[in-house]
Amino acid sequence: MSAVATPARQASGGMSTKTLNRIVIYGLLALFALFYLMPLFVMLVTSFKTMDEIQNGNMLALPKAPTFDPWIKAWSEVCSGLTCVGMKGYFWNSIKMVVPAVLISTLLGALNGYVLTKWRFRGHTLVFAMMLFACFIPFQSVLLPMATILGSFGRFGVTLQNATGFNFGLGNSTVNLVFVHVVYGIGFTTLFFRNYYEAFPNELIKAAQVDGASFFQIFRRIMLPNSLPIIVVTVIYQFTNIWNDFLFASAYAGSGDVMPMTVALNNVVNTSTGVVEYNVNMAAAMIAALPTLIVYVVAGRYFVRGLMAGAVKG
Amino acid sequence: MSVATSQIKLTPERSRPSVRSRLQDALPKIVLAPSFAITIVFVYGFILWTIYLSFTNSKTFPSYVITGPRAYQRLWGWTFDSDPPSSWYTSIVNMGIFGFLYIAICLALGLFLAILLDQKIRGEGVLRPIYLYPMALSFIVTGVAWKWFLDPGLGLEQTLHQWGWTSFHFDWIKNKDFVIYTVVIAGVWQASGFIMAMFLAGLRGIDGEIMKAAQIDGATTFQLYRRIVIPLLRPIFLSAFIVLAHLAIKSYDLVVALTSGGPGGSAWLPSNFMYEYTFKRNEMAVGSASAVIMLMTIVAIIVPYLYSELREKPR
Repeated sequence: MSAVATPARQASGGMSTKTLNRIVIYGLLALFALFYLMPLFVMLVTSFKTMDEIQNGNMLALPKAPTFDPWIKAWSEVCSGLTCVGMKGYFWNSIKMVVPAVLISTLLGALNGYVLTKWRFRGHTLVFAMMLFACFIPFQSVLLPMATILGSFGRFGVTLQNATGFNFGLGNSTVNLVFVHVVYGIGFTTLFFRNYYEAFPNELIKAAQVDGASFFQIFRRIMLPNSLPIIVVTVIYQFTNIWNDFLFASAYAGSGDVMPMTVALNNVVNTSTGVVEYNVNMAAAMIAALPTLIVYVVAGRYFVRGLMAGAVKG
Repeated sequence: MSVATSQIKLTPERSRPSVRSRLQDALPKIVLAPSFAITIVFVYGFILWTIYLSFTNSKTFPSYVITGPRAYQRLWGWTFDSDPPSSWYTSIVNMGIFGFLYIAICLALGLFLAILLDQKIRGEGVLRPIYLYPMALSFIVTGVAWKWFLDPGLGLEQTLHQWGWTSFHFDWIKNKDFVIYTVVIAGVWQASGFIMAMFLAGLRGIDGEIMKAAQIDGATTFQLYRRIVIPLLRPIFLSAFIVLAHLAIKSYDLVVALTSGGPGGSAWLPSNFMYEYTFKRNEMAVGSASAVIMLMTIVAIIVPYLYSELREKPR
């Protein structure tokens, strides 16, 4: 382009600067796309390679003889510490923890948001502010008391077990984690629903009240049917956060067969007995990443909206 | 509760208005009460509990005898005169390095990418999700991926050696003086796309008329952005700063997964310090004190922000 442009600088100079600009912009954008994709790409190709190929080949090369063995091994055989039963059990631990925690915290958030916007009382802003602040605290500042409380729940569970033959889930690690994630998740879910219901027309509520609809009827028949977008946002946000949590998981279910996925992955990667099988480690990491990645691919728009709502103001 | 049942109840309601209507009035508060009570106990109560513990001499088990600010004195007393530097000192210095670089680079890169993407780019719909997907991954996965990528014997260094650049040397992840910078790299990789999305939303919200007027007045693109667009994005800068600052202070998983704490704990952040001292070294009071200091840092940033956000629209 420069050869053509130089003679008639005045006329076509603007044109070629513009083209050059476009090339630079697209070049930069592509470069950054590579930067963001690189680790995932490396993880993915490595998980399909044999150990031989990893040791002798190039990190960025595609697998010459793709094999599923690392994935199979990661799912059902890989060692976490001294137990070699694969990731599958931990994967289910995570599922069993995530599903109830997400459902309960979302429902509570919806109810709280409904009250805080449509049934206001004196001091509602303060109540909301106090719940909102809970979203930001470093969880280290509640970690230890919660450990003590969960410990006494466990002892109480044993007492109940002896007295009634059933411990009502007290002392069960999964139940504990569900409880913890609900407690520290309602701040976020309340924020989401409150901001969404804020824009919901009050006239509809008034009209329903005149017609004699009760508090819960209005919630069930008017609010909930109109809440689908924010429910999707909240569920995705909570799902991602709880699935990815490591701090609570390692503090309250940090060893044995009760570990959730993130803790198990960290243990697998740091298990130093024998030869480190990088391909299996990468497959295990991919298995841990897949659920949230799939959610992101399927409902990316809602995921971003949730992040924004969580980030930008109350 | 269905419509039919409540209509049946309509008659007795008139005969005894006080009880039922009082219940009706209180119902919203009753519904909100459990969540609020949980917050009071498990957030504010626990914070007080942690503060209390930090003034005791708790070791492996909590002790409830107040012994004064000894834990804090130990934290800060270790700081300057010890050699090698204390873990707390290392954690604080790391927090400074990590916090500053992480926030600054994420803001700069996020803004830069958002401005590039806002130039009527074909394929924006493909690029945006690529920049943003790391935010969906857990820090553990990010750490595992980058640990592999930055490992001198396996990752980038090895690859460039194979390509013929044999003098290339990059072993920060094993170097106690540089390991914290690898945490910055992985952290920026994870969060910058999200900051980009925030800025992009801000850019899309700017009135096109203002831009046109400035262009007619002869402003260059650079001037346009420096003098008009970036000042208009100030609220986004604030929100992004808040998000990044609290992510930075909470960062714990990434250090664990990427560096396992680094050689001799050289990659620790205060969050790692807290966890190690509380659960592994049986120094509960010291761990609690460090948690309290983390909390105070967050409070100093968040409370003024929340106050200004919630105050501006009195109802």
